[in-house]
Amino acid sequence: MLQFLFKRLLTFVPTFIGVTIISFAFIRLLPGDPILLLAGERGVAPERYAELAAQFGFDQPIWRQYLDYLGGIFQGDLGISFTTKRPVLDEFFTLFPATLELSLCAITLAVIIGIPAGVIAAVNRGKFFDQALMTTALTGYSMPIFWWALLLIIVFSSGLGWTPVSGRMSLMYFFDTPTGFMLIDSLLSGQEGAFRSAVAHLILPTVVLATIPLAVIARQTRSAMLEVLGEDYVRTARAKGLSPLRVNGLHALRNAMIPVVTVIGLSVGTLLAGAILTETIFSWPGIGKWMVDSIFRRDYQVVQGGLLLIATIVMAVNLLVDVLYGMINPKIRK
Amino acid sequence: MKKWTGLGAAAAVTALMGTAASAQTLVYCSEGSPEGFDPALYTSGTTFDASSRNVYNRLVEFERGTTTTVPGLAESWEVSEDGLEYTFNLRDDVQFQDTEFFTPTRNMNADDVIFSFMRQLDPEHPYHTVSGGTWEYFNGMSMPDLIESIEKVDDHTVKFTLTRPEAPMIANLAMDFASILSKEYADQMMEAGTPEMLNQRPVGTGPFEFVGYQKDAVIRYNQNEDYFRGAAPIENLIFAITPDASVRYQKLQAGECHVMPYPNPADLQAMELDENVNLLQQEGLNVGYLAYNTQVEPFDDPNVRKALNMAIDKQAIIDVVFQGAGTAAKNPLPPTIWGYNEQIKDDPYDPDQARQLLEEAGVEDLSMEIWAMPVQRPYNPNARRMAELLQEDFAKVGVDAEIVSYEWGEYLDRSKDVDREGAVLLGWTGDNGDPDNFLAVLLGCDAVGGSNRAQWCYEPFNDLIMEAKTVSDREQRIELYEEAQRIFKEQAPWATIAHSIVFEPIRPEVQDYKIDPFGGHQFYGVSLAE
Repeated sequence: MLQFLFKRLLTFVPTFIGVTIISFAFIRLLPGDPILLLAGERGVAPERYAELAAQFGFDQPIWRQYLDYLGGIFQGDLGISFTTKRPVLDEFFTLFPATLELSLCAITLAVIIGIPAGVIAAVNRGKFFDQALMTTALTGYSMPIFWWALLLIIVFSSGLGWTPVSGRMSLMYFFDTPTGFMLIDSLLSGQEGAFRSAVAHLILPTVVLATIPLAVIARQTRSAMLEVLGEDYVRTARAKGLSPLRVNGLHALRNAMIPVVTVIGLSVGTLLAGAILTETIFSWPGIGKWMVDSIFRRDYQVVQGGLLLIATIVMAVNLLVDVLYGMINPKIRK
Repeated sequence: MKKWTGLGAAAAVTALMGTAASAQTLVYCSEGSPEGFDPALYTSGTTFDASSRNVYNRLVEFERGTTTTVPGLAESWEVSEDGLEYTFNLRDDVQFQDTEFFTPTRNMNADDVIFSFMRQLDPEHPYHTVSGGTWEYFNGMSMPDLIESIEKVDDHTVKFTLTRPEAPMIANLAMDFASILSKEYADQMMEAGTPEMLNQRPVGTGPFEFVGYQKDAVIRYNQNEDYFRGAAPIENLIFAITPDASVRYQKLQAGECHVMPYPNPADLQAMELDENVNLLQQEGLNVGYLAYNTQVEPFDDPNVRKALNMAIDKQAIIDVVFQGAGTAAKNPLPPTIWGYNEQIKDDPYDPDQARQLLEEAGVEDLSMEIWAMPVQRPYNPNARRMAELLQEDFAKVGVDAEIVSYEWGEYLDRSKDVDREGAVLLGWTGDNGDPDNFLAVLLGCDAVGGSNRAQWCYEPFNDLIMEAKTVSDREQRIELYEEAQRIFKEQAPWATIAHSIVFEPIRPEVQDYKIDPFGGHQFYGVSLAE
């Protein structure tokens, strides 16, 4: 197991270097000069342009800029945002807990509902529940997030008044956020009703963000289960007279979980991508919107730093999935 | 922050519930996050709303809802006869805000004024490079070339000496970058090794004091009880950052906010019918135009330009591109600015006459480029669509137009070329409410090869606007600018297309809210009906 882990970690290194190159190159390949964009219609005189370029290091040869960036990474310095003039790392860690909290809630919801739904559909293959579930999953998968979110807001917030329209916390509460996770900070604040408000604010964005992964997980679980249910050992278990719950829940599900765990791991990337739209609509102060704004402004440091951090997180999660995988299926460790 | 939690929370609940309450809390659903809180470091309106417009004051200020300058922290000023010296007499009763993180020991004085400008002007100033300062607006308004020196005459008198007479100087000093910061606070922060706090936790003299900011979520302010114009009726001011326009509208309807900026044009009709919403509107301080290159044939002939202007169906553009949220422009100045010439008659939409004029000018089979910007702007929400409409209009008079576009930065850069092909769609949003900021910046001879996209240098026009720079009498300047607009119309270096209309939906209980022609959002003087 240790050797397996070590091998996996080794592949991390070239991938990480690759990510630094891609994140560095990506934003620079987009046409658009940040200084000209900053100046807008007002324009900038050539002397002033040169001054600014020198100040931001844009006058250096490109390889030099890359080496500076790489050097910074190893010192834990991702540079200063061109727009807010604040360190990229500070900004990231201010905003990331919001994205993480939302993503964790969404993936939890997707797993809790998706897996049982997939199992039940597989067991009842071709029956009404199966068909209804798969149709719903397909709808969920194809739904434009933007439209879905607005629909939920119009019905549940404006219409029924059950949930707040947007944000993370009711404006009537005001407290420090040491962890950045509103569920935890609201409890720590000791203010009555704050936790309930945090939960209420999480409901709609969680549902919206969970929709696609839920659909994917349910479909994946169903097809993996169908495959496993046809195996000899399942038939043997049934023949031995084991209860259907034991056959399906223990013998079949455990083996069906391997592709499902992979899908869950891959969903992390999807969640972070889906978070961009969800965060914008629900005014959720996370990294999604921060990245999009920065791309439009050609804020090089934020885009390259943010991409690097997100990619590192996705890589770490996938590493974890690989390890889990090894635990579920010993064959893979070899 | 304890100040807020008890009183503020209760106030917020009652105010949001819409019940009678003595403490007033106004929630403004802002469209985005401020980049910081030091207005001199930035250029975006979102940042100004969160800083200069509610937390700070300036020597001279714009009267709320107008572009007229009125005394601010300076109670009066004198301009020397040669127009080179501006002496400001400061008020002596102005206190900086007493907050959780700073307690002032003295009133605002000349040192604060000098600090606020010298940090932008002097490269050796300890605050010049703090927070990556590039001082965009200060430089953009050519202040380093314009200001020879700033001197403290005594504790309450400051003298600015200029390198040349510049009548718009007063209007410049009312701009956001000219906000007055506390030198005492800055010194304390520098000593503590945290000079960037000046940009993160602002201390000003304005009607609202900063309480806290949760990035991309909420900004909180309290009323400044000692505000020199008297405390604001609003006791707690909250900016709830809500980037999506549809969501802002939902929040306004649900009573979760009182004022929202930038509604979706598609929602306007519903808002007009909505009894929970008062829809305010005003022409924006901007102009969208099509600039011909007046140095290239056949556009060097005013008759050709005039003919093309007559071929443009502006009403169709207003209907299609602005969806009604615009008005046709006849002058290069927006109507909200002083000096706007009401008397000017716009060229009529008349394709037949346009065709005839082109024939008379000897132009046949003309083909040209129309440049369409790749971005949305208030003065042009959809340049591509606008260009297509212009293309159709020009086709009707026998002119074949091809639409071209570039990435925004490149577009701005390439369109400056003196020998550029074609006519460029662009626009301008006013900075200081002075006609000079439109006419000299966009049409002056000095701006050819720069922001004068028509590359138009016409002496009779240029003489008028240069003279207007040197005259400090408002009436006399108005006359000069009115005449300049008449010449502009005759010479037609641009097709003036439209001014946007700014819409501002507010809740019915919001009282005395005024649309700011500069596009800002100020909450001093606003109250909530009980």
